[in-house]
Amino acid sequence: MNDAAIMDVPQRSAEDRFRAEIADWMRAHLSGRFAELRHRGGPGDEEAFPELRKEWERELAAGGWTCVGWPREHGGRGLSITQQVIFHEEYARAGGPGRMGHIGEGLIGPALIRFGSAAQQKRFLPEIVAGAEFWAQGYSEPNAGSDLANVQTRCTQQPDGRWQVQGQKIWTSLAQESDWIFVLARSEPGSKGNKGLSFLLLPLRQPGISIWPIRQLGGGAEFNEVFFDGALADNEHMVGAPGEGWKVAMGLLEAERGVSTLGQQMHFSHELERIVRVAKQNGRERDAQIRQRIAHAWIGLRVMRYNALRMLAGDATSLGREALIYKYYWSNWHRDLGKLAMDVLGAEGDVRSDEPDIRALQQLFFFSRADTIYAGTNEIQLNLIAERGLGMPREPRGDSPMTTNNKP
Amino acid sequence: MDLTLTDDQLMIREAAQSFLADTSDSAAVRSAMASSTGFDAAVWQRIAGELGWCATAVPEQYGGLGLGPVALALLLEQMGRHLLCAPFFSTVCLAANWLAEGGCDASRQRFLPEIAEGKLRLTMPVNESANDWIDGKQVLRARREGAGWRLDGICARVPDAGTADWLLLPARLDERSGQHWATGMFAVPRNASGLNIDALETWDATRRFFRVELNGVTLMPQQRVDHAHRGIDGAMRSAALARLYLAAEQLGGAQACLDLTVAHTATRKQFGRTLASFQAVKHRCAEMMVRIEALRSAVYGAAAYAADSVHGEPPEALALECAMASALAADTYFYCAQEAIQLHGGVGFTWEYDPQLYFKRAQASSHWFGTADALRERIAAAVFA
Repeated sequence: MNDAAIMDVPQRSAEDRFRAEIADWMRAHLSGRFAELRHRGGPGDEEAFPELRKEWERELAAGGWTCVGWPREHGGRGLSITQQVIFHEEYARAGGPGRMGHIGEGLIGPALIRFGSAAQQKRFLPEIVAGAEFWAQGYSEPNAGSDLANVQTRCTQQPDGRWQVQGQKIWTSLAQESDWIFVLARSEPGSKGNKGLSFLLLPLRQPGISIWPIRQLGGGAEFNEVFFDGALADNEHMVGAPGEGWKVAMGLLEAERGVSTLGQQMHFSHELERIVRVAKQNGRERDAQIRQRIAHAWIGLRVMRYNALRMLAGDATSLGREALIYKYYWSNWHRDLGKLAMDVLGAEGDVRSDEPDIRALQQLFFFSRADTIYAGTNEIQLNLIAERGLGMPREPRGDSPMTTNNKP
Repeated sequence: MDLTLTDDQLMIREAAQSFLADTSDSAAVRSAMASSTGFDAAVWQRIAGELGWCATAVPEQYGGLGLGPVALALLLEQMGRHLLCAPFFSTVCLAANWLAEGGCDASRQRFLPEIAEGKLRLTMPVNESANDWIDGKQVLRARREGAGWRLDGICARVPDAGTADWLLLPARLDERSGQHWATGMFAVPRNASGLNIDALETWDATRRFFRVELNGVTLMPQQRVDHAHRGIDGAMRSAALARLYLAAEQLGGAQACLDLTVAHTATRKQFGRTLASFQAVKHRCAEMMVRIEALRSAVYGAAAYAADSVHGEPPEALALECAMASALAADTYFYCAQEAIQLHGGVGFTWEYDPQLYFKRAQASSHWFGTADALRERIAAAVFA
């Protein structure tokens, strides 16, 4: 099986030329000292070569290939949606490493473009574009997981105008490699839920912040707990007004729309190719059940591709149903792929290995357990689909009378 | 590839939806099921005559609209949603599709314009194999007799054969084509001598099936209708498209199962609250929606792929796209029909409520053109090639 069999669709010639331009650039630059980064640093492998990957970000920046979807006036490349899709596909096809800059480029940058002050834009955006400053996100807390609005971290304004932050964030990826963190904190004492929250930008390297890695079930530790004990944010580093934090936070999550999903799918396709290669080598390709499951995985790849194309087409009559199911679909598909990979490996999968195919598939198996938990668990996704997609009743809150009325 | 539907396509979908909501509601479907022909002749007259749906994908040079597979798939989706009882699939998605892809020039001239005009109904046996007619395993035998042909054998299941004007029947020839027996396609009028057509009583009464027996049916030379050169590629393309159209119909059926279930659970109350307010029920409906939208992406994507594909290119890639949509559709439709019955509770088990109609159609259509397992095996063979 090759990429063409899985992914190619007819393209017009201007798009073909753009595709070739990126492929050529990647071939020329993802070589030499960067060659060992190919296919590395993705989810489950984010601890790989952090320093070299930061240099790779600057290499990308020098070629004008960071922030390709941002408007030109903010230092981006101003690519159309179609061109962005092509960029992400070709980047992944070439084995481009996991992006150290993705939180800056994909989350906080677009949020600052939409909600930030001119001064904030001037201060932060060029550094993101240049691959000079890296960002971490501070949303989740020990008691604010699926219930994201249940933020306990507090911020209090000091006489000098600065904001002092007290509390704890969790599941912060790459905190030890990042320079800045954005934090959702409660600025109105006594407020509840999504009211009274503010959105702050803090330098990570300061006395009031300590970072503790969380060891994951697969042995890696790309996530952290971040403790704030008197950490300080400048007054001009609040995005939006005090109390508007929820609006900014939600707008930021919306910014990540379909364009990068096709690059993610190229990565998935590469993983399926690894499984097929292993199955051919060890003879599992003759197992009828394994053949069924591999065909089923191939079908899922086609579904995700066409689903992403529907998202990009923005069929107004579908009310965004395809976007609503996407996270649930891909994460469960990917988790199943991890199990398939280990079943194809058989006993070989039980032994730690540095052989590239085996190591990558073991990482896939372990890390894909997170896919159905982060960014909205399966259970939250099904609630959202039922409520927003099918108009079914909302879940009762813990403090509503519904729970006491449940007695038969 | 752009999956944005054009204004014309949106209009076709909208018009089909509103026409079928009026003419193919539950009462109309049940009345057609109980009728002798299995469909309402007046509704068929409007579909084939006034609305011109049979002309949708027929090439313009043969009097059709030439709107291609996307428009036809959108129509089929609405037909499946409303369980339309009509000889549309047999005439348009089997026979006209096969003629356009694999028929000789004379046969296209002879049949396609009248099909497009809604004046002629044709049918073909459903090929219950993932192998597209070309494996030489046809049950009918054709022998040369004089300048013409003599056909013998039995086709166990042919849709709408009792009301079709003509039957297109594939038959094994007494000659080899590569490693297989060669196959020819023959056009036989329903009233041909030596042709016996017996109605089958199927559990899915929204479609009519017939056992067709041929005892020395003699045919003129021009009644062999396959194209001399493009027979095999045409057969593969038409089989792929037939799978796509069936998948579109199954998508509509699956959507109807979800719609019925959401509507039922919104009104039925137990323990002082609607069924729809229970998370166990919400999650099962949401799971149906996930699978349905995944199938919709597969069907619309495969249809767009088919619209971009051209005659003359190797048909294997198109075959895989449509096998993908078809395997997913068979499983998704059955899953949703089964969930609809379960989530309707006791009334879902009754004749009176509609989930049973979808359930029976989901099962009966799950093995046309190959089971989901067989289609996945075909995909696996390509992936491992």
